Amino acid sequence: MRNPEKQPSTAAFSREHAATVGEVHAPRARIQCRTVDVHYGEKHAIHDVNLDIGHNEVIALIGPSGCGKSTFLRCLNRMNDTIVGCRVTGEILMDGQNIYDESMDVVPLRAQVGMVFQKPNPIPKSIFENVAYGPRIHGLAGSKLELEEIVETSLRRAGLWDEVKDQLLHPGTSLSGGQQQRLCIARTIAVNPEVILMDEPCSALDPIATAKIEQLIDELREDYTIAIVTHSMQQAARVSQRTAYFHLGRLIEVGDTAQIFTNPRHQLTEDYITGRFG
Amino acid sequence: MQKSTLVFLLLLLSALAFQVGRQKSLKAATGQVKNLHSLPVYYGYYTALWCGLPALLLLLLWLLFETPLITQMVIADLPPELASLPGDRLSLLINDIRNVVSGHIAASEPAIQLAADRYRELKGLSDLILSLLAVSLAVAGAAWARQRVVCGFRARNRVESTVMGFLIGSSLVAILTTIGIVLSVLFESIRFFQLVPIGDFLFGLDWSPQVAIRADQVGSSGAFGAIPLFTGTLLIALIAMSVAVPIGLMSAIYLAEYASRKFRAVAKPLLEILAGIPTVVYGFFAALTVAPFIRDVGADFGLSVSSESALAAGLVMGIMIIPFVSSLSDDFINAVPQSLRDGAYALGATQSETIRKVVIPAALPGIVGGILLGVSRAIGETMIVVMAAGLSANLTFNPLSAVTTVTTQIVTLLVGDQEFDSPKTLAAFALGLILFLVTLALNVLALHIVRKYREQYE
Repeated sequence: MRNPEKQPSTAAFSREHAATVGEVHAPRARIQCRTVDVHYGEKHAIHDVNLDIGHNEVIALIGPSGCGKSTFLRCLNRMNDTIVGCRVTGEILMDGQNIYDESMDVVPLRAQVGMVFQKPNPIPKSIFENVAYGPRIHGLAGSKLELEEIVETSLRRAGLWDEVKDQLLHPGTSLSGGQQQRLCIARTIAVNPEVILMDEPCSALDPIATAKIEQLIDELREDYTIAIVTHSMQQAARVSQRTAYFHLGRLIEVGDTAQIFTNPRHQLTEDYITGRFG
Repeated sequence: MQKSTLVFLLLLLSALAFQVGRQKSLKAATGQVKNLHSLPVYYGYYTALWCGLPALLLLLLWLLFETPLITQMVIADLPPELASLPGDRLSLLINDIRNVVSGHIAASEPAIQLAADRYRELKGLSDLILSLLAVSLAVAGAAWARQRVVCGFRARNRVESTVMGFLIGSSLVAILTTIGIVLSVLFESIRFFQLVPIGDFLFGLDWSPQVAIRADQVGSSGAFGAIPLFTGTLLIALIAMSVAVPIGLMSAIYLAEYASRKFRAVAKPLLEILAGIPTVVYGFFAALTVAPFIRDVGADFGLSVSSESALAAGLVMGIMIIPFVSSLSDDFINAVPQSLRDGAYALGATQSETIRKVVIPAALPGIVGGILLGVSRAIGETMIVVMAAGLSANLTFNPLSAVTTVTTQIVTLLVGDQEFDSPKTLAAFALGLILFLVTLALNVLALHIVRKYREQYE
């Protein structure tokens, strides 16, 4: 059933969609993005995105492949800095401060905004060292005992402690894929971030491991702000409170997850979530 | 007929056979190539192979057995007093006969002239038989192959399996050569160890390989303790690696992690040019530039440095090895997945922390493999040490004194007129064997490490 009030989808696309549909502002915003544009060399990857991410919320970024959702996520902790030729303009305010300001140091920023990647990427060292690495480079632990405590707490929070407590000195790469991903989450938690970015964290995992991670995301929401990129709409519906739909580098629609999935207001969003294109 | 003419003729016949086979297949196909199992050229190749190969094989066999057979026949015809000469005298006689045949010398006695004539006659006969046999074999082969060419005949499969045979043969050449070298070195070494006990060679502390040729000669003790050579080799390799490893590794890190793409595109080939400089050029650079410089600097500090020093040779050898270490390390650092770096960056690690704690540990097996290959280069390197390290077999770890290495001694033992049954000459083979075993072990170890690492990230 097509709603006649919906935005037209094709002819008037470029003219009409310029403004994002839905409420981009969040009541208690932790991150505020204003007119963010990203270029890779000549390629204009993200057009004029405005989006707030609130405290203690999980926001899901969905959209077809190549729509810029991962690029947008990587803007939030300046991971795009490592890509040659990538240029970000606009403002991203983190607790009121622009993270692209010249005075901003990326090192504390990235400690504040942690990231979990698509493929689990433990460093080629022991499980303990994987988790201890972050606290160590940021000087978070005063003593060995404190460090051990941080490692244990982080592994417990990631739901991995009981599975690995007897093999902390084994290499991190010896774990299964799902365990490795939870190890990466524990590693991120260990530096005590405020925001956790997740770039398709379950796409390389089996359904059971995925369920564990999703449950973990739900628990982590109590203490952290989480932005998750996902290709699975069921996953977005299960874990997030808000959902943002990206299309060809533009933010098309933002809204409560329930509303986006039951009653999308933009034609493109509806086309995507009903599987008309993928 | 001369053998070169025969080869040329056989090739010509093969080319002809190619045409014959091809034409026959076209005729058999009655104008429709798709009726044939294979393309017409394959029938051509098939016929050509049957024409050329058997005849050329016959030629090869002939080459192997002709001379010994003729020699036997000539000996059989010699007068009994000559034929019953002892072995080495007889071979001298045969040599004389052959020289007469080729016209280098005139016959000294009629018996030899007679034998030479007989030799020449047999040779002519053999050449004639060979030519007739080879040509008729070629023609017969071609005719047989042509007769087999019909529409359903699978010429392509036959030709391709013959080609595969050639490929196998080519790869066997390298392997067989290696085995041949090892065996020849091994047997000569065994002869050496019959003259000098293996324990004295491996653990002796004194190296002076001069042996008395005449009984009344003095001052030629002939001591074959190789320990001074081993220490000299190790000392120079150690100096070389302490130059090559840090410089190579650090330049690899810079190139792989920090350098801009443009700089890297220029710098990496330049660095690899270092590997293309002939070692003899490094050698005179070491002997004429570096060694005197070190001696002068040493003199300023009140040190006495010999003008041929382990330090000079080691430093220059180190520079030579830099590209090995840096190029391989660079490849392995680049092979570390970007996701590992991203993981560290996302934790707030700086670039330097990421390299030290994540990238290098991940690339370490490959880097170690590269270093081991460098070590085996350093141990086997000859020209630089011949020119810059000296010849005196000092048992010392002082890098400022002259030392000698295994490779240098092999060169000096074999240069000039030598008798091939004295322990002095045979010692070179024993040294070569040790050298070969050590570098082989290092290479196997390095390749094993490198391969293990590759499996991990692909």
